[in-house]
Amino acid sequence: MTNLKFVENVKADITEDIVYMMCPMHLLKLQDTIKTAQPGQVIEIITDYDGALDDIPKWCEQHNQEFIGVEEDDESFKFYIRRLN
Amino acid sequence: MRAYFDHVATNPLDPRVLEAMLPYFKDEFGNAQSVYDLGLRARDAIELARQRVASLINCKPSEIIFTSSGAEANNFAIRGIALARQNRGKHIMVSRVEHHSILNSARFLERSGFEVTFLPVDNYGMVDPETVKKFITKETTLISIIHASSEVGTIQPLKEIGKIAKEHDIVFHTDAVSSTGNIPVDVQELGVDLLSLAANQFYGPKGAGALYVREGLRIVPLIYGGVQEGGRRAGTENVPAIVGMGVAAELAKEELIERMAHVKGLRDRLVVGLTSHIEDIQYTGHPQERLPGHASFLVEYIEGEAMLLMLAHKGIYAASGSACSSKALKASPVLLSMGIPSHLAQGSVVFTLGKDNTLEEVEYCIEEFPKIVERLREISPFKKGWQQAV
Repeated sequence: MTNLKFVENVKADITEDIVYMMCPMHLLKLQDTIKTAQPGQVIEIITDYDGALDDIPKWCEQHNQEFIGVEEDDESFKFYIRRLN
Repeated sequence: MRAYFDHVATNPLDPRVLEAMLPYFKDEFGNAQSVYDLGLRARDAIELARQRVASLINCKPSEIIFTSSGAEANNFAIRGIALARQNRGKHIMVSRVEHHSILNSARFLERSGFEVTFLPVDNYGMVDPETVKKFITKETTLISIIHASSEVGTIQPLKEIGKIAKEHDIVFHTDAVSSTGNIPVDVQELGVDLLSLAANQFYGPKGAGALYVREGLRIVPLIYGGVQEGGRRAGTENVPAIVGMGVAAELAKEELIERMAHVKGLRDRLVVGLTSHIEDIQYTGHPQERLPGHASFLVEYIEGEAMLLMLAHKGIYAASGSACSSKALKASPVLLSMGIPSHLAQGSVVFTLGKDNTLEEVEYCIEEFPKIVERLREISPFKKGWQQAV
């Protein structure tokens, strides 16, 4: 979890709510959504799957996308990713 | 002669549907999750079916989740929503005239610590929207009301109940298994958030059902595993059945008005024919607000199972109460909840007509059924005057 950053009040251009969906939906949804986003746009993935805390920052690193950070509330995590290219 | 009047049990498969399914049993056998062409074609076939099913009930394709049956869709809806919303409250409401897949899912939740209200119905089996309002609490998260009863045909006032649910921010589900494909079903007009349907109720195959889930609604999966159905319902897709469901949905949409008029004409003739030839017979369910091909009766002094067997002997296939009650030889809970005494509820017989039935078949039934009733009454211990005698 080297890249994990906590953030607040990030504004997203695209939101995907996958609460209650298990692995690997968080990565598949991110992969699909990033294709539809424009460079510079921010994607929000809402999930309650804690494996995403490891996976999403790693995925961003591997795919050269910017992992902005994660916000946690009582029932879910909100991951923010900016499409770079 | 053979007269199949048990369309509520299942419909025969439309030959056009079978034709569309066949390639997916043979050459096009690919797993829809595979990345090569065989898999891609299977996936395309599923997505086309999804569009067709969505079009039948007026929703977006992405709001359709394919399941193995209507019962699975019902289990998924009740458990999935109750669990997803349990932080807001642990009270749900279902009517007393639901299918067992709803009632038993609700009972399961009751055992797991939820509070369940089983809503009463009137003599037609109809839920009063005012009653729904009365039982709502701050804890209520889900209301589920069947669209049309398979046992008595009554169509529920879903629009009114939907408005009440919306006002109170309660999720509203309907089991539309016996109505979808038989009467117009439009999720926007009905105001439902979830709706269950099954292909074999509109001339599609068995083993294919679906749950409509309004966009943005969170639901806990019933079956965990792979990424099928967007991770909401795991399991290798039953491609032939889903393809069949899609074609059946398209045909149902195209032919709906024609089918409704056909079965209604036959049903009305059957009702007049039987009620004028048999004494002490009651037409159950709502006289107008009911499925067009549905005729349900209570025949006094005799028992449903005996009627079914003698009808089948004459090549006439009908039903008596719910499948469960006919097997367990107990009075139908639906009929009892309508205030029908249990000795009368035993004499339930349900004829459900389909697009391929003919007037000749209906006339044959009108001729044969009164004779069967007469014969059974001769040997019945519950003859006229029996109640007064004891």
